[in-house]
Amino acid sequence: MDITRFISTHRKLLLVGLPLLIILVFLTTIPLYGGVYWIRLLTVILMYVVLAASWAMFSGSTGYMSLAPAAFFGTGMYTMALLQDYLPFPVIIVVGGLVSFILALLVGLITLRLRGMYFAIFTFGLVVFMSEVTSYAEGVILKSRGQHIIPIDNATIFYAMLIITVVTLLAIYFIRRSRLGLSMLSIGGNEDAAEHMGIDTTRTKVLTFAISAIFMGAAGVITAPRLIYINADIAFSLTYSFMPILMSIFGGMGQFYGPIVGAIVFGYLEKTLRAQFSTYFMLGFGIIMVMVILFLPNGIAGLVSMLQDKIAKLRKGDEAEQHANT
Amino acid sequence: MSGLPQIIVSGILTGGIYGLLAMGLSLQYGVARVLNIAHGEFVMLGALLTYTLYTGWGINPLVVAAIIGPLLFGLGFLLQITLFRGLKARAPVPAAFEGNALLAAFGVLYIISYIGLIRWGGVPRTAYYLNYVVEFAGMSFRLNRIVAFAVSIAIGVAIYLFLTRSRLGRAIRATAEDPATAGLMGVNTNILLALCFGLGALLAGIAGSLTAMMTAVASGIGFGNTVIALIVVVLGGLGSVPGSFIAGIIIGIVASLVASLWQPILVVPVYYGILLVLLLARPTGLLGKK
Repeated sequence: MDITRFISTHRKLLLVGLPLLIILVFLTTIPLYGGVYWIRLLTVILMYVVLAASWAMFSGSTGYMSLAPAAFFGTGMYTMALLQDYLPFPVIIVVGGLVSFILALLVGLITLRLRGMYFAIFTFGLVVFMSEVTSYAEGVILKSRGQHIIPIDNATIFYAMLIITVVTLLAIYFIRRSRLGLSMLSIGGNEDAAEHMGIDTTRTKVLTFAISAIFMGAAGVITAPRLIYINADIAFSLTYSFMPILMSIFGGMGQFYGPIVGAIVFGYLEKTLRAQFSTYFMLGFGIIMVMVILFLPNGIAGLVSMLQDKIAKLRKGDEAEQHANT
Repeated sequence: MSGLPQIIVSGILTGGIYGLLAMGLSLQYGVARVLNIAHGEFVMLGALLTYTLYTGWGINPLVVAAIIGPLLFGLGFLLQITLFRGLKARAPVPAAFEGNALLAAFGVLYIISYIGLIRWGGVPRTAYYLNYVVEFAGMSFRLNRIVAFAVSIAIGVAIYLFLTRSRLGRAIRATAEDPATAGLMGVNTNILLALCFGLGALLAGIAGSLTAMMTAVASGIGFGNTVIALIVVVLGGLGSVPGSFIAGIIIGIVASLVASLWQPILVVPVYYGILLVLLLARPTGLLGKK
């Protein structure tokens, strides 16, 4: 087998696949030599990768702004809290995803029939609604404030999050390339036109919204034992809604890797800076958000493809010059 | 245990402020097409500035409201002229603008709420004014709530007259209906949108001042106020001033009934129940068009 020929024919695959493989090997082996700090940091980053990527999959392509990731994330956490004594951890992860899926399906069926901002309005308050109902139900039925989660060791949590991240990213990658993904994009471009082309817009919206909630719910289940204690305020904290949105915008929603880049950058910043400069960090978060939307509407990914275009143009210019000279 | 009439009138009094709050949001979304989820943060800013000016400098809260209103008007005007106008110029389609504007409003929400937290901290502040009980027809209310209601209604009527009778008001309604044609008819839509956005901020600021007179306020009150304003706007129908007030009063009564006869914690869930039924039955609101 001729190696140089193999490399030249599969150049693109190698260019993307090899780094991915290296990253994956690095991530799967890190609990063997990395300290607790690194494992926990990477778990948080992976959690944000799941949230940001699944948010961007739906809202980024359809243009319907969901402000509800925290509702599904928190649902996952409470699924863990309520089922931890009865079912094994991996099963609860699946159940948490399914419960979030059903919740999102209901929300979607009610609001996604409507155009425009009703969806944003409804999801905006859904988080508060879930939080208040949960703490009321806790007080009345369970007669407690908050739930204790049996701790699970860091490495297990990390691997569970890694598996969910890989599953999420693979699913999103294939959805983006499927009929469903293209339907979402055309809804984002022009919903009327999409409908005239024969796309069942309501079905597409509701289904993809609910699919994105599966991953958020699963991430919530895995995050619960990391926190050990949860209550309605912690589980349905609006940060879990807002952070993924900022990350996706910062990274750029047009490209598959955009939200991932955003999640890595802000996940790292949050874990390292927020503890020390809590309020100023969040203030800076707001300022960055406004600046990015105003000046970098396509995020880092948009910047990268713009630079690529420029470089390509320069190269073309050089080639043309060389042709002229010869 | 207070009687039913007392509870209902109390809800109506609260509803006046809700109407004021919703009217501001309705102007911002109905005309400038910015779903301003930072709306409640302007309420917070108004409330805490009132606290500082009243307890620190001894200025009468009603006078403070007259100072804060124009101040926040300026802030809103600037936001529209710089941020949202910039976004509008860059957006390829109107739908993309609405999405981006919502996200930018998010950033504004964070900026204002954390400036509030840094300046005033998270603890509740009290700046009660006219806080004595008045007896009326067997019911008793604190005077500040009655004054707040009266001010809200007066401002509501003024805005209604402004929108329906004045030349500028007609221009605003024309722009809300069809910005492109209004622009062709010689309306300076850029200034007009900024005016509407500023007006929304002004109304939020005054609502904040009035809130500070009667309840404890903290830097975290913004979000809850935004949720109330959004629900009232959906209930009342976008762009309808009377709708905002009627819906505000309905929501006020519901809140009052739920809080005193059932559980205060269930107020928000009940709001959602109403919103849910409404979205299913009549998505354009009680008095909304289309």
